[in-house]
Order: sequence, then structure tokens, then C-alpha cells
Amino acid sequence: MSWWRPSDVGFAVRCKLADIGLGARLFAKLLRLLPAAFQRPGLVRDQVHFLGNYSMAIIAVSGLFVGFVMALQGYYTLQDFGSTEALGQLVALSLLRELGPVVAALLFAGRAGTSLTAEIGLMRAGEQLSAMEMMAVDPVRRILAPRFWGGVIAMPVLAAVFSAVGVIGGWIVAVGMIGLDNGAFWSQMQGGVEVFGDVGNSVLKSVVFGFTVTFVALLQGYTARPTPEGVSRATTRTVVMASLAVLGLDFVLTALMFGL
Amino acid sequence: MQHSKNDVWVGLFVLLGAVAVLFLSLQAANLLSLNFNTGYRVTARFDNIGGLKPQAAVRSAGVVVGRVESITFDDKTYQARVTLLLQDRYAFPKDSSLKILTSGLLGEQYIGIEAGADEAALAPGDTVVSTQSALVLENLISQFLFSKAAEGAAPEDHKK
Repeated sequence: MSWWRPSDVGFAVRCKLADIGLGARLFAKLLRLLPAAFQRPGLVRDQVHFLGNYSMAIIAVSGLFVGFVMALQGYYTLQDFGSTEALGQLVALSLLRELGPVVAALLFAGRAGTSLTAEIGLMRAGEQLSAMEMMAVDPVRRILAPRFWGGVIAMPVLAAVFSAVGVIGGWIVAVGMIGLDNGAFWSQMQGGVEVFGDVGNSVLKSVVFGFTVTFVALLQGYTARPTPEGVSRATTRTVVMASLAVLGLDFVLTALMFGL
Repeated sequence: MQHSKNDVWVGLFVLLGAVAVLFLSLQAANLLSLNFNTGYRVTARFDNIGGLKPQAAVRSAGVVVGRVESITFDDKTYQARVTLLLQDRYAFPKDSSLKILTSGLLGEQYIGIEAGADEAALAPGDTVVSTQSALVLENLISQFLFSKAAEGAAPEDHKK
């Protein structure tokens, strides 16, 4: 009964291939629409406002608490080796290299990506996208491109804020609560963190994650089945696929940037 | 173009991101102390560099006076060739000696310069001859064991 006929396998493979092809075509089109999107900067600005400003609170609060926890846990371990001065370096490097871009991207997928998917999916379900096509307005150009570039702009800003707030959170715990020396905390951090190697790569990572998360969210919304269930599934898939893509890409990027 | 209410908030948002990156570069990283290759290069040969890494500090009397730029292996002399970038404002005598030292028990390794007595100063491209390798724990232990063994063996010899 559950035996697959060759024609079924072929059909499934062809469907998957078609999905990948559609995704690649949409991605290429969004990239090509960069000049078009900025011919109407108001649209992109409103999307940066919607995706970025509204995510700022959750990003800042999460960053603060991640910084707190990093400093506490790092202190417990470093204490055993009598090198608690290295706490500043530990907090700053882990935030800049990994936690800042990755956790900010995961939160961004949950906070902004889902709303993008639901919005686009409902537009498709309500046949608004088809209506635009009828009026000779390209929905990819008018709806998707501003959202895409808005997300790509918002993500690095959020990740940078996450890292900065996290470093401040680590400082509050290390210097304020535990009572480490203020000068040693910052000087060890400055001794271990490179401007281009660490801060630059952190920004680069968050730009890549911005492309990834926003594109996954838009693709899921754009290809959602036009039913309430289809939209809800697409929203779920956005979180799952964007998170997996971010974590997988993070491994590749880390291996490329910091390997040897 | 007309300004809308969102303009202010989006501007604030982007500004906040710029401030965050600036804060990370200035306060968490070493942008201010980063010197853009204003210095002179001096090479030195070491028998063993231990755990010295590129970008390690070069200190004299505990003050950072430069950085280790690159470390390569010289297959003619089988030694490590270390290129140091010293800051322009510091001059050292030609016969200064270099030592690989460790800050603290588990700290990073760095190069210490001890000034010599020569009149002439190190010029760009010079090679420092007098160097002292890093302490390698295994060598120390084997030296200690050998000296212990020698102490133990000495009375035996006297009895004969």
C-alpha cells in the first residue's frame, strides 16, 4: 500500500525541483529590484519601521539578559582557573561572533518573519496579489521588494544593538554585581576583540542572516496555499526553515571566518 | 519629498544601529589603539616560539610598544622568523635582546624587549640577533629530572 510507484517519486522530485526553481527565480528578482525599491524609498522606510522599530524592544531586552547570563556563567567557570579578568573578552567575543547575529536572527524570524509571511499569505488568500496583477502592477515589485530590502536593512541594526546591549549587560553583572575591576574588564575585552575580524564579521553575518530570514519569510508567504490553514502552515514553516537556515549558515560562516 | 512621521523613527532606528557598532568598535574592540601600519619592521629568529601568535604584544618594561606581525618558519636555519612591527615613536639600541614571556600563569605569550647599550638604534629591516626562546614545560621538566637523576647518581659513583 505504502509502496511508491516510480511515477509518484518522479512527481514528488519534480515538485521539489519546481519549488527550488521558483525560490531561486524570486530571489534573483528581488535582488534585481534593489534600484526599483529605492526609487520609492517611502515604501522601504515604512517596512524598516514595521520590521525594525517594532522588533527593537524584544531584541534589546533579550540582549540584556543574554549578557547577564553570559557574565554569570562565564564567571563561575573562569573562577576555577583564577582568570576572571578574561570575563570581558569572553562575553564580547561570544556575543559578537555567535550569539549576537544568531539569536537576533532567530528573534527576528519569530517577531518579524512570521508577520511578513502571514501578511503576504493573507494577501494571496484574499486574491489581492491577483488583483494587482490584473491592474498591471507587479506584486513582487510593489509588495515583496520593499519588505525584502526593509528586512535586509533592519537585521544588521538589530544584531548590532543586541551585541552592544549584551556587552553592557555583561558589564553590569561583572562590574556591578560581582565586583570585577572595571579597567581589567574593558582592557581584556579590547585586547581580545579585533575591529575588522570580530566586529566586521559580526555585521557581515547579520547581513547574510537578514537576507536569509526575510527571503524565507517572503517565499513562504508568496507560495502559501490560499486557505486559512495554508497561511498558518506557511507561518510555522517560516520559523522552522528560517531558524534552521540561520543555524546551518552560521556554522558555514563561522568555519569560513574564524577557522584557522 | 514629503516627510512622514515614520521618518523620524526610522532615522532613530538606523542611528541606534550606528551607535551600537561604534560602541562595539571603540569600547569593546581596539579601534583607537589600532595603528594603521605606522611603524617599522624588525625581524628576529627564535629557536622556539612556544605559543606565540601573530598580533601578540611586544612590550618593553611592561608597556606595549608594538605587535607581532607574522611568524614564519625558516627551513634554512630551522628557526622561527618573527616579524615585529614597532611603533615609530620608540627607538631601541641595535643590541637589544628579545625574550618570549608569559603574562601570568595561564596568560598569553608576548615578546619583551630589553634595551641594550649600543649607540645606534634599530633601523627598519634589521634583524635582532640576541633572542631567548619561550620556556617549554616539557624541556623544563626533563631538565629538572636530569638534574635530580644526576644528584642521585653522584653518591653512587663516590662509593665505588
